[in-house]
Amino acid sequence: MCVISATDKPAGRSASAGPTATDTYAVELHGITKRFPGVVANKDIELSVRRGTVHALVGENGAGKSTLMKILYGVQQPDEGTITVNGQVVTLKSPTEAIDVGIGMVFQHFMLADNLTVLENVVLGAEKLHGIGDGARTRIRAISKEYGLDVDPDDLVEDLGVGARQRVEILKVLYRGAKILILDEPTAVLVPQEVAELFDNLRELKAEGLTVMFISHKLDEVLSVADDITVIRRGTTVATADPKTTTARQLAELMVGSALPSPSTEESTVTDRPVLTVEGVDLSGSAGQRKVLDNVSLTIHAGEIVGIAGVEGNGQAELVEVIMGMREPSSGRILLENQDISDWEVREIREAGVGYIPEDRHRHGLLLEAPLWENVILGHQTQAPNVKGQLIDAKAAKADTEAIVKDFDVRTPSINVTSGSLSGGNQQKLIIGREMRHTPRVLIAAHPTRGVDVGAQASIWSIIKKARREGMAVLLISADLEELVGLSDTIRVILRGGLSAPFDPDVVTREELGAAMTGADGHAKEDVQ
Amino acid sequence: MSFSPRKILMALAAPVLSILVAMVITSIILLAAKDPVGEVWAQLLRLPSPRLTIAIVNSAVVLYLSAVAVAIGFRMNLFNIGVDGQYRVAAFAAAVFAGQAWLPGWLNILVSLLVAMLAGGLWAAIAGWLKVTRGVSEVISTIMLNAIATYLVAYFLQKVALSSEGSNVTNTKTIPESSRVPGIPVTIGEQQREIYGLIFLAVLVGFLYWFILNKTRFGFDLRATGRSETAAIASGVKVKRMVLMSMILSGAVAGLVGMPLLFGQDFAYGTTFQAGLGFSGIAVALLGRNHHIGMAVAAIVWGFLEQQSNGLQINAGVSDRLVGVIQGVIVLSVVIAYEIVRRASITIEQRNVAAALAAERAKAQNAAAEVAA
Repeated sequence: MCVISATDKPAGRSASAGPTATDTYAVELHGITKRFPGVVANKDIELSVRRGTVHALVGENGAGKSTLMKILYGVQQPDEGTITVNGQVVTLKSPTEAIDVGIGMVFQHFMLADNLTVLENVVLGAEKLHGIGDGARTRIRAISKEYGLDVDPDDLVEDLGVGARQRVEILKVLYRGAKILILDEPTAVLVPQEVAELFDNLRELKAEGLTVMFISHKLDEVLSVADDITVIRRGTTVATADPKTTTARQLAELMVGSALPSPSTEESTVTDRPVLTVEGVDLSGSAGQRKVLDNVSLTIHAGEIVGIAGVEGNGQAELVEVIMGMREPSSGRILLENQDISDWEVREIREAGVGYIPEDRHRHGLLLEAPLWENVILGHQTQAPNVKGQLIDAKAAKADTEAIVKDFDVRTPSINVTSGSLSGGNQQKLIIGREMRHTPRVLIAAHPTRGVDVGAQASIWSIIKKARREGMAVLLISADLEELVGLSDTIRVILRGGLSAPFDPDVVTREELGAAMTGADGHAKEDVQ
Repeated sequence: MSFSPRKILMALAAPVLSILVAMVITSIILLAAKDPVGEVWAQLLRLPSPRLTIAIVNSAVVLYLSAVAVAIGFRMNLFNIGVDGQYRVAAFAAAVFAGQAWLPGWLNILVSLLVAMLAGGLWAAIAGWLKVTRGVSEVISTIMLNAIATYLVAYFLQKVALSSEGSNVTNTKTIPESSRVPGIPVTIGEQQREIYGLIFLAVLVGFLYWFILNKTRFGFDLRATGRSETAAIASGVKVKRMVLMSMILSGAVAGLVGMPLLFGQDFAYGTTFQAGLGFSGIAVALLGRNHHIGMAVAAIVWGFLEQQSNGLQINAGVSDRLVGVIQGVIVLSVVIAYEIVRRASITIEQRNVAAALAAERAKAQNAAAEVAA
């Protein structure tokens, strides 16, 4: 295990400062290239991270950030190039080797066991370091105090909020002796207030001499927290930037290489004809738990997009499941135009014209090992042109798939390949195309652009806008506030199963939404940067 | 469906490879036990006599039915281990019914087949119902039901049995001559033998299995549920109903397993009725990869090994139980091999798709460059 002096601070502020001063760099990557079959994920990556700084790595979805971080964390090995840690060239064959040289990773999705305490989670897999008892407890308290993480080793993880869980993840990595922390999109799961707290923690870590690599595509955040910024585009590092002198606009242009697409609302097409009405819907939780949905009422008119904002796990998924008929509401009604569909089955609801873009396309939207044309039948296996009576009409379904591939720009060599072999963006376009082909009256879109590339994102936005123009009623659930503000006619915030009053996306601020998302409406606890 | 040579090759590679692996491992066992390796393989792999050839086909018929019953469950991620109990309950019920000869001739056979399907289906429905309403794993419940079936049938057999004098074999009432299914006479060389007339039933079941699964809405729903239960639910499949229905269907086909034996050979259900066919069916379904043709080939391989083992003790001085070892190793290695092939196929396909798209992009860029120039 290497020890890094906490006082060894570099003098220079500029990212392009002297490449000769090797010992001021915690991590240097030179000429890193990683090829996957058919694609080059990383090419000639040049990256130098000064010790004791927060270094942001920015780039669009699919630009190659995650691959690069996996290389640095030993999950994947580069085909070419060198990794230098604290002046030593290293080969990292596994995460264990990465942690041995002091590199730790905090993943976007937490890997914590809910039913264990913080202590138990932290020592899990690292029992040899300080045991599993008081030794470990003391060490956790010490780390928590040293870096201002405010974590109690004896708390149950299930009682902790998202921000605290993230701090536990950070502590886990520090406990294992990491001096260089990689944080993969750490703010994706946080509301603005929690983001501010996280940034305070990062500054604390930096002050103690640790090095933080921060991956993000949220530019405002990057500019507020980073000391240096490296921009990655199409698998290669294209620029370094100084946050003091760079604007978000400039960064964005470096990231996409051209002008930014943005989801801008068009002229309102909202009518006064309600298409989907949710009336006082309750969904009780498991015994002793609070309600999962609490008196949810909501109306979507023809030509209207209603956006639902909220921290994940506040009832968004359940709201969708209740509307789609996968769960029965405990009380309340759901009306499709004038018909009560509350106790209809999923299939009847889909046949009645409710399109569904599920939140998790791999689990709910696709049969990954089935060919594209069978995936186009999925969800519409009782509807033309897929069936003739009780039989599947493969010929017609294939023709329909060809049309979807063409109209919705699904990039695939054939409709006979499995859906699992397509990229995320193309899978999503296939799903959206399949739903749109049946011209639904209502479209339930849960995180429609999650994990897709910029190009696909832009085309998905335009498909949704077109649907709205054509009089569809759209329920848009998203974690991306920019997307919600840009597309929605009305935004509602969901918190602990209840919906807020409507916000007007043209005037609402991120802070107001963030406050509603944490329940601190009107009196946000802290300033948000 | 598109058939590329690569796909076919990969599909065949796994079972062939696992049979080879099984041969190697068995040889090692024989060597370790100082048994004559060469003689064992000479006995097992020699050209079967005409009598054995027919016996192989006949046992393949029965094994195929059993494999289809198992495969219906497999396609939906249900592990119906209970085919064994289901076919015995069904064969007993059909034997009792047919033995009464309430109906004349062929009508008696047809209705008896329905009785068998009904009995097998109902027996399987217990496991399906437990799974749907109480969340009991079908693996556990079908194992239990197998045991219950054994004792229940033995109990009822005592009630209805006619003990033949001077023998401790207990049988149901023998089916009248008019309600027996005549065999198909086949002459090989000098000898004339008979194949079960109900081979046509196996062919029909195989065809319906293929047709229903691949061509109907019901089959689509069933396969979708097997591939991803969550996606199936989101697409509107009522998964609980599908579980119950496919369990019943699997049990109904299991009910037919004993029929070629009952109407073509034994003409009664008794203590000597062939047991264990349900378990062999699991192995055949695995080896044949739940494919309507694949399982037929696998059933023949299985029947071949079983019949060829008869001479093992006499000709090579080795216990015929050795074949059980070979079969076991085949099943184990085929499961592993299919998983390897499955993962390899996924990777290869992803690579091909990415490469095809990259080539397309490059072409488009070149074209754009030419236009610009």
